[in-house]
Amino acid sequence: MTQLAQYLVGGLATGSLYALVALGVVLLYRSSRVLNFAHGDIATLGTFVAFTLLGRKLPFSLAITGGLAAAALVGVLFFFFVLRPAKEASLLGKIVLTLGLALVLSGAVQVVWGTDTLVFPFPLSDTRVHRIGQVVVSETSLGTIVTGIVLMTLLYVLVQGTKIGLAMRAVAQNADAAQALGIPARKIYALTWALAAALGGAAGVLLAPVVYLDPFMMLDPFLKGFAAAVMGGMDSLPGAVLGGFLLGIAESVFAGYISFKFKTTMAFAVIILVLLVRPEGLLGRVYHRRV
Amino acid sequence: MSAPEAARAMDKPLLRVSNVETAYYGRLTVLRGVSMEVLSGQVVTILGSNGAGKSTLLKTIMGYIPDQPDKGTIEVLGRRVNGWDPEDIARLGVAYIPEGRGIFPELTVHENLRLGAYPRGDGAVASDFEEMEVRFPILRERRRQFAGTLSGGEQQMLALARALMSRPKLLLLDEPSLGLAPRIVGEVFCIIREIHAAGTAMLLIEQNARQALGVADYGYVLESGRIVLEGISTRLEADPNVQELYLGMVREESVKGFRRFKVRRRWA
Repeated sequence: MTQLAQYLVGGLATGSLYALVALGVVLLYRSSRVLNFAHGDIATLGTFVAFTLLGRKLPFSLAITGGLAAAALVGVLFFFFVLRPAKEASLLGKIVLTLGLALVLSGAVQVVWGTDTLVFPFPLSDTRVHRIGQVVVSETSLGTIVTGIVLMTLLYVLVQGTKIGLAMRAVAQNADAAQALGIPARKIYALTWALAAALGGAAGVLLAPVVYLDPFMMLDPFLKGFAAAVMGGMDSLPGAVLGGFLLGIAESVFAGYISFKFKTTMAFAVIILVLLVRPEGLLGRVYHRRV
Repeated sequence: MSAPEAARAMDKPLLRVSNVETAYYGRLTVLRGVSMEVLSGQVVTILGSNGAGKSTLLKTIMGYIPDQPDKGTIEVLGRRVNGWDPEDIARLGVAYIPEGRGIFPELTVHENLRLGAYPRGDGAVASDFEEMEVRFPILRERRRQFAGTLSGGEQQMLALARALMSRPKLLLLDEPSLGLAPRIVGEVFCIIREIHAAGTAMLLIEQNARQALGVADYGYVLESGRIVLEGISTRLEADPNVQELYLGMVREESVKGFRRFKVRRRWA
């Protein structure tokens, strides 16, 4: 029993990482139907910028803010200088453009920071632990879970409770009609890109103390987050969170009880199973089609 | 507003379209030199068959067609708006209800209405809500429902109410009766009359020429991208060509097909 609880806590920590990545993917997908393949690389870039700022003796909070801002800036610039001019391109064309951005960013990170692994100085320790009953939680895991939940709550409040969030939802459903009401659709898209990129950056920073920094650190979390988004239903923000946590927990429990080596395989088996039963994803809706 | 100001406002048309030519993808010319005006407080209707360019005209006015109009000038409230973004034109005080109504299906009725007042920062929004819900009781009833669950007629009411929430000076309506039962069409036109009576100018595109001419002060007939006839609506109603082609009145002597064809080309 204690062991299960232990695996669950581990699953929650990775799950909140996956959920943050998935939220970024879903935010962009549901507003513009573009799958952002550069999501992981934008996050990596943000993390490396935060790393450099930390090296310049900036306080931790400022360095992190700087890293997230850099990620957001890349997202916004990509939107204004690549996606907008290419507005006549087909959806597939736009998706390929994000793939291009992914390669460019990955190359840039390798040139600037090198391909050696770096250690990200993190104020929370992986070895200092807290005990909740019989269950042991490392400070990093606790920090990841709490930060993840805080960010998800903030995003929920923004999207569901504010005027700008309402405008974001309107633009996602019918951009032309939103413009007719005086809503600046382009600025809203740019904001969505900034938010999604910053969420990815946050996931990168939370991942950094666990895996060491290297230019490909976000590849696995990006794929998992993307899979979580598909499992939750690409259209649904709560779906992304649910998918992320489910995937994290399934992985952790499987790794603990059966095989550590095959945990990723198992994760994707779960996704296949879910999609066989519910092709639209856990919280996705089938009837909604954008025309 | 002082008396001279009012007079000046009367002089300047709310909307002036001069010699506008629009082409899709830069090649497919749809509008071939259209000129028209909407004066303040007027309801103006545009009649025309499918493919005549009616919807294209509205989209061109609102700035929806990229890099168009090719030629000509569009002035809204005396300002040249060629090349403007739709949201900036909307903020001048133009509300546009596209064909198919443009409601947000997965937002509640209430949220749809709130978005109508999006650019407004004044404190009267709350009282306007009240007014809309009194005027459209069905919207109060359905307040918390997703707009996509409303019937076609209810959606049209919602689109009208949402447009009014922006307190527009000019309302552009693209086929408000499309796909509605005749009784509902009657209701929609009742509301259009009320909006007219309240002094809001409208540009109305309709297939239902009888209803449209019934509310309009002035009308234009658009055919293959050209204005072929214009006049006050009573004059248009009396025009034999309009009667035959848009009001469905059959002329006795035109039983032979070729005659119809000849009549069709005898505009103006």
